[in-house]
Amino acid sequence: MHLKYESQLREPLVYGEKNYHQVTEDIVRPIEAKPSRLWYIGFYISVALLLFGVYSVYREVTYGIGQWNLNKTIGWGWDITNFVWWVGIGHAGTLISAILLLFRQGWRTGVNRAAEAMTIFAVMCAGQFPIFHMGRVWMAFFVLPYPNTRGPLWVNFNSPLLWDVFAISTYFTVSLLFWYSGLIPDFATVRDRAFTKLRKRLYGIASFGWTGSTKHWQRHESLSLVLAGLSTPLVLSVHTIVSFDFATSVIPGWHTTIFPPYFVAGAIFSGFAMVQTLMVIVRKVFGMQDYITMGHIEAMNKVIVLTGSIVGVAYLTELFMGWYSQNKYEGYTFWYSRAYLFSPYGWSYWGMMACNVLSPQIFWFRKMRRNLFVTFFMSIIVNIGMWFERFVIIVTSLYRDYLPSSWSVYYSPSIWEIGFYAGTFGLFFTCFFLFAKYFPVIAIAEIKYVLKTSGESYKDNMSNIEEQKLEEFVHANAHH
Amino acid sequence: MAKKKFVVGCFDDEAVLFPAVKKVRTSGYKIHDVYTPFAVHGLDHALGLRETSLHTAGFIYGITGTTTALSCISWIFTRDWPLNIGGKPHFALPAWVPIMFELTVLFAAVGMVLTFCYLCQLAPFVKKHHFHARATDDLFVMVIECTDKTNTEDLQAFLRSNGAVETNVQVAEDGWWLGRYDKDEMPFETKETVAA
Repeated sequence: MHLKYESQLREPLVYGEKNYHQVTEDIVRPIEAKPSRLWYIGFYISVALLLFGVYSVYREVTYGIGQWNLNKTIGWGWDITNFVWWVGIGHAGTLISAILLLFRQGWRTGVNRAAEAMTIFAVMCAGQFPIFHMGRVWMAFFVLPYPNTRGPLWVNFNSPLLWDVFAISTYFTVSLLFWYSGLIPDFATVRDRAFTKLRKRLYGIASFGWTGSTKHWQRHESLSLVLAGLSTPLVLSVHTIVSFDFATSVIPGWHTTIFPPYFVAGAIFSGFAMVQTLMVIVRKVFGMQDYITMGHIEAMNKVIVLTGSIVGVAYLTELFMGWYSQNKYEGYTFWYSRAYLFSPYGWSYWGMMACNVLSPQIFWFRKMRRNLFVTFFMSIIVNIGMWFERFVIIVTSLYRDYLPSSWSVYYSPSIWEIGFYAGTFGLFFTCFFLFAKYFPVIAIAEIKYVLKTSGESYKDNMSNIEEQKLEEFVHANAHH
Repeated sequence: MAKKKFVVGCFDDEAVLFPAVKKVRTSGYKIHDVYTPFAVHGLDHALGLRETSLHTAGFIYGITGTTTALSCISWIFTRDWPLNIGGKPHFALPAWVPIMFELTVLFAAVGMVLTFCYLCQLAPFVKKHHFHARATDDLFVMVIECTDKTNTEDLQAFLRSNGAVETNVQVAEDGWWLGRYDKDEMPFETKETVAA
């Protein structure tokens, strides 16, 4: 008897002859085994990058914001570009874990845990940039509204920058709660099969004393569903608010009403690219090919080509509006500063177009969607393209505005600006390597839940049901 | 809390578990709980558990967040320190929508998770009795509470005849206490470590 039936036409989500115990074995193996040399190499490189980042930030905090090559005209440069880029990357994790849960997409189970971890680490990286951009970072807590001795002087609740404070911190908190509540049962699985005392003790603390009681599972399901329902509008609101940082201003190139949907699509686009980068590596290094299948990779590539095209439409709409508005400043920004290849920053606009709009079109072909090398290569290209997008939006709008006497000289980052960015890569990958070693990278309980309907060896039994004659089926299953 | 006596039956297939749950309940035994490695849909109904009201709690936390944001911001911007921002109205409701929304989500999420942990009595350093170590791996563990009249031998035979692969009798604490897991038995053999 199967509790749920799934068509034979759907690709299996889990390959191989698996039972519940085998699923546990496969997913917990990296936690119980010694890490490979590759893991150590990757981990040490990440830590080295992180330390370089820490030193770069130390320079900035000690000697001031002048360590960066920002100037009076280009007040936002690499820092805010990197902030928006990292926040955008985070969005795919919530999309996979929340929106696909509401849409009942079974394939999310293979990748949701790692994607949610990616979200949390990406938001951690993103948060560094606006905080250290403040210059006097020891006063960062001034952005929080609390009764103080300065009046009390309150923050400006009408400012998009303050909305950002609330949006990013809420997003981080909710993502963390969602991720951890899903981890509790899996930590209990690791705890109950641990064969060293230390592991038993630590996973015992982390699993909060989870037993697997039916009532607890019922509440857990309800909790996951409501958190997914909350995270779905949340994730849309976060990048909408990030886009308000620009869209509510009067700077040509920023003052655009299409920013919210355009930013959200771009965020999902870059986030999925980062998930692909990580998944291609994880499935190879940990031998998870049975759980993160070509079907998963293909599904994500479909999302990439869709969102990439949405972003492309947004770029073209902006160009159209630059002409149609008949506003000289808009026209200058879009048609000279951006779209004219030989303007000072024209290269970044066309780099963005090539990476984000043209190259993902390759995923209209099924063969390309299911090619690991193409997927990995494209995931890097898309992330470069999305970095260019934010750079284009920020710098090409700022460097020449209404008053030619304040036009800026060419802006290129200082080594400490680059170091800060490199440092967030270090932070991200240090966290991700630790996650891959100490956490179940795939949601064990969720895979078990779909195993008997979507596992390869169980789907074969279903083909028998499909081939049965109607009378036989009725005879076997109907209650007389 | 006092210790109680339980009869434990382990099943290795949820398709066998469901009819067994039905039979055990119709025979008049009181099922203490069924421990499963993942959320088995419909098992809560089979056990006769009522629907959880956790989502109602979430709704209440959510509107608490909305009203907190609205009341705080409107008090601050219209009473405590009215700021002239470009001559715009002090009561600028549309501009407050983002923060009201964020606080709604934040309150609902944090409140629900805390309520979930409270209801299920989950917290770091909390320990509970585990009837079978494989309940979080591949076994569905049905635990039946004994009364003075329960014949444990008969009940175990009854469970086995309904598909239980393993049965036993345990005397256990049914609440929680602060404790560590490293003094527990290690049910799995020490394994060779292989490179990942």
